[in-house]
Amino acid sequence: MEGLLSVSVGTVFWASVAFLVVLFILKKYAWGPILTSLDERSQSIENALNEAEKARHEMAGLKAGNEALLREARNERDRILKDAKDIGEKVKAEIESKARENAERLMANARLDIENQKKAAMTDIKNYMATLSIDIAEKLVREKLTDAERQQALNQALAAEIHVN
Amino acid sequence: MIFSLHTQFLRLSRLAVAAVVMFLVVPARLLASGGGSEGKFNAGEVIMHHIQDAHSIHLIGDLTLPLPCIVKTDKGWDFFSSGVFMDEHHGFTRRYHSEKTGNTYALVHEQITVVEGADGHMETAHADLHAAETAPGHGEVHAADSTLRAEAAPEAHAAHSHGTPVTDFSITKSVFGMLLMLALVVFLFVRMARAYQKRRGQAPKGLQNLLEPLVLFIKDEVAIPALGKKKAMRYLPFLLTAFFFIWACNLLGLVPFSGGFNITGTLSVTLVLATMVFVITTVSGNAHYWGHILWPPGVPLFVKLILVPIEIMSVFMKPAVLMIRLTANINAGHIVILAFTSLIFIFAEKSGAAAGYGVGIGASLFMIFMYFIELLVAFLQAYVFTLLAALYFGDATQEHHHEEAHH
Repeated sequence: MEGLLSVSVGTVFWASVAFLVVLFILKKYAWGPILTSLDERSQSIENALNEAEKARHEMAGLKAGNEALLREARNERDRILKDAKDIGEKVKAEIESKARENAERLMANARLDIENQKKAAMTDIKNYMATLSIDIAEKLVREKLTDAERQQALNQALAAEIHVN
Repeated sequence: MIFSLHTQFLRLSRLAVAAVVMFLVVPARLLASGGGSEGKFNAGEVIMHHIQDAHSIHLIGDLTLPLPCIVKTDKGWDFFSSGVFMDEHHGFTRRYHSEKTGNTYALVHEQITVVEGADGHMETAHADLHAAETAPGHGEVHAADSTLRAEAAPEAHAAHSHGTPVTDFSITKSVFGMLLMLALVVFLFVRMARAYQKRRGQAPKGLQNLLEPLVLFIKDEVAIPALGKKKAMRYLPFLLTAFFFIWACNLLGLVPFSGGFNITGTLSVTLVLATMVFVITTVSGNAHYWGHILWPPGVPLFVKLILVPIEIMSVFMKPAVLMIRLTANINAGHIVILAFTSLIFIFAEKSGAAAGYGVGIGASLFMIFMYFIELLVAFLQAYVFTLLAALYFGDATQEHHHEEAHH
């Protein structure tokens, strides 16, 4: 048991020297470079993550912008379509009303023409009748002058002639 | 994927079990030779022998590696191999005479001592005992254990009076193992650092993948919570070195056929680590830290009179506890495993070989279980040591405004 609990000067000496030498070597050639590299790497990973986060934010911003643009474009398109439709409607209505007006005007003109033609025809007829009547009267007068009997027959013939009309 | 992982795990666990069983069989044979031929089997002695530091590495059977001995006496320094003590039975019973200093050395209780007499032959009670042991009928006794039993025998204590211990700077088993593990740690981490420089900014690969989580664990889970981001960088080199050193040494103690290293169970080694924690804590202690120890604020005077001595004691107790915890835990694991191995021979001796084999099955199963626990403990103790050291450093460097929050 005393061997277990005793402290040997030699072991203490070697342990101290060896440990301190190793501590020095490792500090200079191992822990220094290793800890620096680990630090650098964690720094670079952190940076990369931050950048990725930033990029994601940017992407989200871009996407939102795109969507707004798209929405605007869609609205614009809708508006244009609606305008075009409205204009079309209006033009159509205008054309229709104009056509109706035209037609009405044409009808009215036609009606007026017919009326005029009718009036002209009536005048012609009246003129013809007058001429005819005068002719008949002329013939009558001439017959009367020659013979009473014949005058009578002529009258009757003339009267029959008039009946034709 | 899952399937291949599963088979891999099975293969690994089978390997582990095989290793443990082999590890158990060898000391068993060794112990059996001691227990069978030489009176009573003394489990306490066997266990203590196995967890104590030694001047050689006993790998397996008769294969023992001698280690360099460096001793200082009032006549000067002597350098020799511990092989000079080895006799023809691979026990360390011979003496060694140094021409340079004129000293004669012997290895008694794993301690190099200067003894009377100039030649390399045995003449002390220690030697007589050895002669008795190797008498006819005991020829096959294992040499390494003869020393052990010699120590156990009452006559052997006479050997003490014959020698004066020297100042021993030898590369003992623990020192050797420690140097080996430090070299491994340096090798691994310098290579890892080079990989970082070569592959700057790239994903880790190979060795980096293996070690980086551990380094990050100490950095992010131990140092930064205890010390804060800025100060952690100052103490991390010590914390990392201590963690990997302790863990590597703990694990070496669990490697079968490596000679049963017990580095972190050696008080001298943990003493050095604890002293370093103490020195760093004391040197980096700021006015706030010392103020709280020497004149705790917001406490009545009579309480201060009690508190201040306690606080001053705690300055020394904290590192001392670190030292004792680590040593005790590692020794406890080794002792439990050795005790269960000894159980087999105690039963074999008391109730015959069949009982020994019977107990052996149960004991082996339990030891396999213990081995897995020891693997966990090896990591856990390294972690606990590092964590507490970081907390002590954090205590010593805490800023004032930090403390005001809970006053």
